[in-house]
Amino acid sequence: MLDNHAKLLYFFSKAKQVTGRKKLQKMIYILQQCRVPFEEKYQFHFYGPYSEELTLRVEELCNLNFLNEEKEEKSNYHQYHYSITEDGATFLNQFKVNIPEIEDRISVLQDCSARFLELVSTVLYFSYLPREEIIDKVHTVKPKLKYTDEEMNEAFQFIDELQDKSSH
Amino acid sequence: MAYKDEQLIEEKVFKDPVHRYIHVRDRAVWDLIATPEFQRLRRIKQLGTTNLTFHGAEHSRFNHSLGVYEIVRRITNNFADRERWNREQRLLCLCAALLHDLGHGPFSHSFEKVFKLDHEQFTQKIILGDTKVNQILKKVSADFPEKVADVIAKTYSDKLVVSLISSQIDADRMDYLQRDAYFTGVSYGHFDMERILRVMRPMDDQVVIKSTGMHAVEDYIMSRYQMYWQVYFHPVTRSAEVILSKIFQRAKVLYEDDSYQFQLEPTHFISFFEEKVKLSDYLKLDDMIVYYYFQQWQEEKDDILADLCYRFINRHLFKYVEYNPDPQINAGMELYQLFKKAGINPEYYLVVDSSSDLPYDFYRPGEEEERLPIHLLMPDGGLKELSRHSDIVEAISGKKRTDHKLYFPKDRIQAIEDTDLKKRILDILYGKE
Repeated sequence: MLDNHAKLLYFFSKAKQVTGRKKLQKMIYILQQCRVPFEEKYQFHFYGPYSEELTLRVEELCNLNFLNEEKEEKSNYHQYHYSITEDGATFLNQFKVNIPEIEDRISVLQDCSARFLELVSTVLYFSYLPREEIIDKVHTVKPKLKYTDEEMNEAFQFIDELQDKSSH
Repeated sequence: MAYKDEQLIEEKVFKDPVHRYIHVRDRAVWDLIATPEFQRLRRIKQLGTTNLTFHGAEHSRFNHSLGVYEIVRRITNNFADRERWNREQRLLCLCAALLHDLGHGPFSHSFEKVFKLDHEQFTQKIILGDTKVNQILKKVSADFPEKVADVIAKTYSDKLVVSLISSQIDADRMDYLQRDAYFTGVSYGHFDMERILRVMRPMDDQVVIKSTGMHAVEDYIMSRYQMYWQVYFHPVTRSAEVILSKIFQRAKVLYEDDSYQFQLEPTHFISFFEEKVKLSDYLKLDDMIVYYYFQQWQEEKDDILADLCYRFINRHLFKYVEYNPDPQINAGMELYQLFKKAGINPEYYLVVDSSSDLPYDFYRPGEEEERLPIHLLMPDGGLKELSRHSDIVEAISGKKRTDHKLYFPKDRIQAIEDTDLKKRILDILYGKE
């Protein structure tokens, strides 16, 4: 019962604080692609892989007072900060969450910008294609972001390193 | 004449209760409708188990797919002379609209959850694989199947084309809201689509709405909100979905148990149980096949599978109570143990269902670029996000819209002979502690 909610709470308990909804979406997707068993279903949207299920589940966790959501005013948008509450931690303690060690990977992802995570998650989304085609695809679906060759290389290297961490 | 430009000698029409007529003139569209892969959609209900709540909801994915095609046909006609519209994209839009749900299987929501599948991937496989649909698309041009698949997957370069079929105000939603309202018989779900189509404008990477049409869009958002609570998230439908998931789950467990011998071998499901699904296996499944197994499995020796199938076939559904996991988490765990003690397997008979388990969504203003919001085209040529201009949409967007329900077979609880045990379970469920 509520296993998927518990898995997300476990993520938040390790991440301490996540800033930005986009960043949250991409972090969970990238972890999922590293075989961390989050079950939220993703589809490709304008801004890369996006899960409505994750958005709603986070909303549920906030409404249950298991997650704290803080809204910060930015110049032309709002930014959201998420952290687990005491009630959330109590709830989580009653579960045996079946998730491999993810703290290292979370901390690596936390240090990345949302723009970079958007690139990484988009590359992963097309990972069934050869490298050159992935690069073409990223430029096709995200022409406005104008990712440089350097960023592309960095993304591929980042994925290799992250997946290497997953296999240990 | 090239196949892509080929027109039927006479326009064909399908009579439709929502759009009155669905018009087909393109040879390619007509040929796609005739393929076995598209005809299969006649045998898959659009709303899965909703007909157990609203008996009229027997319409199919076939009806809906034609409806989406018709809406896109009207939009592309309206756009024909607009500056920002590329007329070369017309047939691509029509084919993508027609085929957007091609990969849906029977009761796909529950089915996909249990077997960890994604109908969108099957849509891609049908369009790109060795199928009749693929043969027809290739006749348009060698790269046409990829283009259609990309539009449906939202990875096509022209975002305007994608947004016609999938955005927060797209042809898909406009059709299913009206169609589902019509067939369920509810009075929500109606809005002035003709007006919306008239005020839609093509922009560089999305369709926007002329600000004078805002009230029609408000009506659309309201109907989406009401349909969510009144139809899509109806607790009785969810009860049927819960049972359906548990049937698939139980059948898989039994298949994996070497000591269990099915009375009726689950031939059609084996590749799903073994997670080696081929496209040909997938295309063989439809509502009829699933119902046949459920009907037969009522006679299985396994009590759980037989009982769950009986419940589904005869609409003997689980009851429910509101469930707030926060204060009640301990109660939930106690219930789990009490069910075990009573000989009612809680893995199958005590289920929490949450709003996030559903495939439908509300309008989101797209803060932090989560999803592209609906934009109004203001008189000065600027764009404004809908909820920043409409008080009604702003009010709805801020509403709490989550809930959790706990499902259980009340009849089984009432049949418990140990009166203390029975009382304790009922007290927890109905809050008499």
